[in-house]
Amino acid sequence: MGVLKYTEDHERFRLNLREFLAREVVPHTMEWEEAHIVPKEAWKKMGKAGFLCTAISKEYGGLGGDFLYSVIVTEEMAAISQAGLCAMLHSDIVVPYINAYGTEAQKKKYLPGCVSGDIITAVAMTEPGAGSDVGGLEATAEEDGDEIIINGTKTFISNGLNCGLVVLAARNPEIEDKHAGVSLYLVEDGTPGFTRGRHLDKMGMHSQDTAELFFSNCRIPKENILGQKGAGFLMLMEKLQQERLMSAIANVAIAENVLKEAIAYCRETLVDGKPLGRSQAVKFALAEMTTDVNLNRAFLDNLIADHAAGKDVTAQTMMSKFASSEMVNTQLSTIMDLFGEYGLLESSPIARYFRDQRITTIFAGTTEIMKTIIAKFLGL
Amino acid sequence: MFAFTKAQQAIRKAAKDFAKGELDKETTSQWEKDSAFPKDVWEKAAELGFLGIHLPEKYSGGGLGMLDSALIMEELCRKDSTVGVALGYASHASECLLHWGSDALKDAFLPKVTEGETLSAGAFGESQRGGDFSATATTAVKQGDEWVINGLKTHVPNGGLAGFYVVLCQTDPEAAKPEQSASLILVEANRQGLSTESLGRKLGANMTPSANLILNNVRVPLDNLIGKEGQALAYAREFTDENKIILAAQALGTALGSYDRMMDYVKGREQFGRKLAQFQISQHKIADMATKIELSALITYKAAWVRDQGKMDNTLCSMAKMTACRTAMEVSAHSIQLLGGYGYMTEYEVERYYRDAKTLEIMAGTAGVQKDIIAQNAIGKIR
Repeated sequence: MGVLKYTEDHERFRLNLREFLAREVVPHTMEWEEAHIVPKEAWKKMGKAGFLCTAISKEYGGLGGDFLYSVIVTEEMAAISQAGLCAMLHSDIVVPYINAYGTEAQKKKYLPGCVSGDIITAVAMTEPGAGSDVGGLEATAEEDGDEIIINGTKTFISNGLNCGLVVLAARNPEIEDKHAGVSLYLVEDGTPGFTRGRHLDKMGMHSQDTAELFFSNCRIPKENILGQKGAGFLMLMEKLQQERLMSAIANVAIAENVLKEAIAYCRETLVDGKPLGRSQAVKFALAEMTTDVNLNRAFLDNLIADHAAGKDVTAQTMMSKFASSEMVNTQLSTIMDLFGEYGLLESSPIARYFRDQRITTIFAGTTEIMKTIIAKFLGL
Repeated sequence: MFAFTKAQQAIRKAAKDFAKGELDKETTSQWEKDSAFPKDVWEKAAELGFLGIHLPEKYSGGGLGMLDSALIMEELCRKDSTVGVALGYASHASECLLHWGSDALKDAFLPKVTEGETLSAGAFGESQRGGDFSATATTAVKQGDEWVINGLKTHVPNGGLAGFYVVLCQTDPEAAKPEQSASLILVEANRQGLSTESLGRKLGANMTPSANLILNNVRVPLDNLIGKEGQALAYAREFTDENKIILAAQALGTALGSYDRMMDYVKGREQFGRKLAQFQISQHKIADMATKIELSALITYKAAWVRDQGKMDNTLCSMAKMTACRTAMEVSAHSIQLLGGYGYMTEYEVERYYRDAKTLEIMAGTAGVQKDIIAQNAIGKIR
C-alpha cells in the first residue's frame, strides 16, 4: 500500500471531518431517511465547516486542496452510508463542471455559494428515454435572441429537490449528429418554466432527494451556456472519469467498513455456545471478502494517484468502478447471511447498507456500460 | 412426475386467477410500505380454501398435499411476493399440531387457521441472530394441572397478530440427553403474562410482522403440550424441514414474478436503437435465469411430491430451499440490473422482489445452514 502520500494536514482534516460527521450527521441519519431529504441547513453546516468543494481554489472561498481531500470526504461519508448529504456528488462531480468549463463570471457568481453550501448542485443528463444511452437525450435548447429556450424532462436526478443550480445537458434540435448537438447549460432554481416532478421512491438511499425535473419553455440568458457550444458530450465524457472514480472510492470505503463490522460481529456472536467466527465456512468467507477488498483497494489507490497526477485512466477507472460495485453487493449479501435474521431488521445497520448499495452497479454507468467501453479499449 | 394431474392444474389456475383478481399493484405496494398484514386477502384466500390446503378436510382443510400447497404459494408469490409470503406464513407451525397434537388441540385450533379466523406462529429460537433453536432458556414448569412458562422468544413470525403460538420450552433441564430436554407447548395469545414486542420493519417480507414473544409466568393447561414431552427439538426440526418446501415454492414464485416484470421491460425498452432483449448480454442473462428457474421448480416439486408420498427427505428439503432462494436472489438482482435506474425505483416492483428474495434466503436457515444439513446426510458416518 502506501501509494498515496497523505500528509499530517490530510490526516488532521480526516479526523476533523470524522468528528464533525459523528456530531452533525450520524445522529440525524434515520430522521433524514424518513424525511426522504436532507435539510438545506445541513449542507450549509458542511460548507461552513469547510468540507464541501475542497478542490475549489481559495479565490472562490474553497480550501484549494489536492485530490486527496476529495478522497477523504468521499471515504468518510461512504463509510457511514450517508446518502442524502452527498458531498461527493456536489463537490467532486457537479461543481467540477463549473470550475473547469465556467467563465470567470460564472465561477465568481456560483462557486462561493457552492463552497459554502448555500447553492446545492445537480447534474441532469438522464432522461426517461435516455439512461445508459446518454447520446439519446432529447431535451432541447433553442436560441432566441439573447436567450435560450429549454424544453424536456430529466429523471433520476439526485439533489433534484434541494438543488439551487442544475448543470443540464440538452441538444440543439437543428443539429442532426447525436453528439455534436449537445451543450451544457446552467439553470437556476426559480427560473420560470423549470419545475420539479415527482420525488421518486427508491429501494434505498432514502435520504437522497431523487426527482424528475421538467423544463417547459424555460428561458435562460445566453451567458448561462457552460463551456463551448456543442462540446457538451465531450465535457460529460471527460468528467465521467472522476465521477466513476469517486463512485469506486465510495464502494471500497463502505466495503471496508462493513467488513470490519462483520468481523467484529462474528467474533462476538455465539452460536451453539461458540463464536460464529469459529465456523470454517465463516472464516473462509471473511478471508475471501478481505482479500477482495484489499485487491480492489490496491488497484484503486493506484488509480487515485494517477488521476491526481492528471493521467488518463478512463478504462482502468471503469474496471475499478464496476468491480468494486459488484463486490460490495456480493459482500453485503454474504454479510447479511452472517448476521442472520438480525441483519434483516431495519434496526440493524446491514439492511440499510444492503438497500443503499444496490444502486452502485447502476448509477454513473452500469456494469454493462463499463464492460462495453472497456472492451472498446481492448480494440474490440 | 413430469406432469401435474388435472386437479393440480386446476388448483394452480385457481390460485393464479385469485391473485390476479385480488392483488393490484397500487394496493399491495401501499400495504408493503405500511408493513400491513393483508387481512382482507387472507380472509378471502381462506374462504376459497387456499390456506391449509394440505390439512385434512375435517379441519376445514383441502385434504390435499404439499405439492398442491406449493403450487398455490408459487402462483401467489409470482403475482406479489410479499402477499404470498404473508399468506404462506399465516398458518406457520400449525403442522406441529397436525402431526403431533392431541385430537382436542387439533379440533380446537386447526379449523380456525384454515378458515382464516386465526394466525398461528412457531416460537422456537431465542438468539438475536435467529435460526438457532438448540439453546433454549425458556422454561415450562408443571404446577398442579398447569404449565408455568417464562422466557423470551425472538424473531417470531406473525408476532403480535397470531391467535396462538407453538412455543419451544425447556421442560426437563436434567434430561440425560440434552436433545430430550425440551417440549412444544401451545400458548394462546390472550393468556395473562404473554406480550409481544415488534421488531419493526425488515428488509423484506414486510406483510409478515416479526416480534419478540415475552412469556412472564404464563399459565396454560398441561393438555396444551403438543405431542410427547422431550421431543420438541425433533418436532421443530421436522416442521422446519417440511416448511422449507413452502419457502422454496415462495422463492420460486418470487423468482418468476421478478422474471415476468423483467421480461416485459426488456421487450419494450429501447436503448442504442435496439430493444434491451436484443442484446446478447441480456439474452444470456435471461437464459441463465430461465434455466435456474426450471431447476428450482423441479427440485421444489420433487421435495413436495416426496413429502406427499409420506416420506420426509430433509436433504431434498434443504436443497430445494437453498436452490430456489438463491435463484430468486439471482433473478431479482439481474432483473433490477436490466431495468437499470427504474429497477431501483419502488414503482417497478423488482426491488421489492429482491428484498423479499433475500429475506426468504435467510428465513428458516441460510444457505450455510442448509449446506451443513445436506453435507451431514451426504457424508454419513465416518469410521
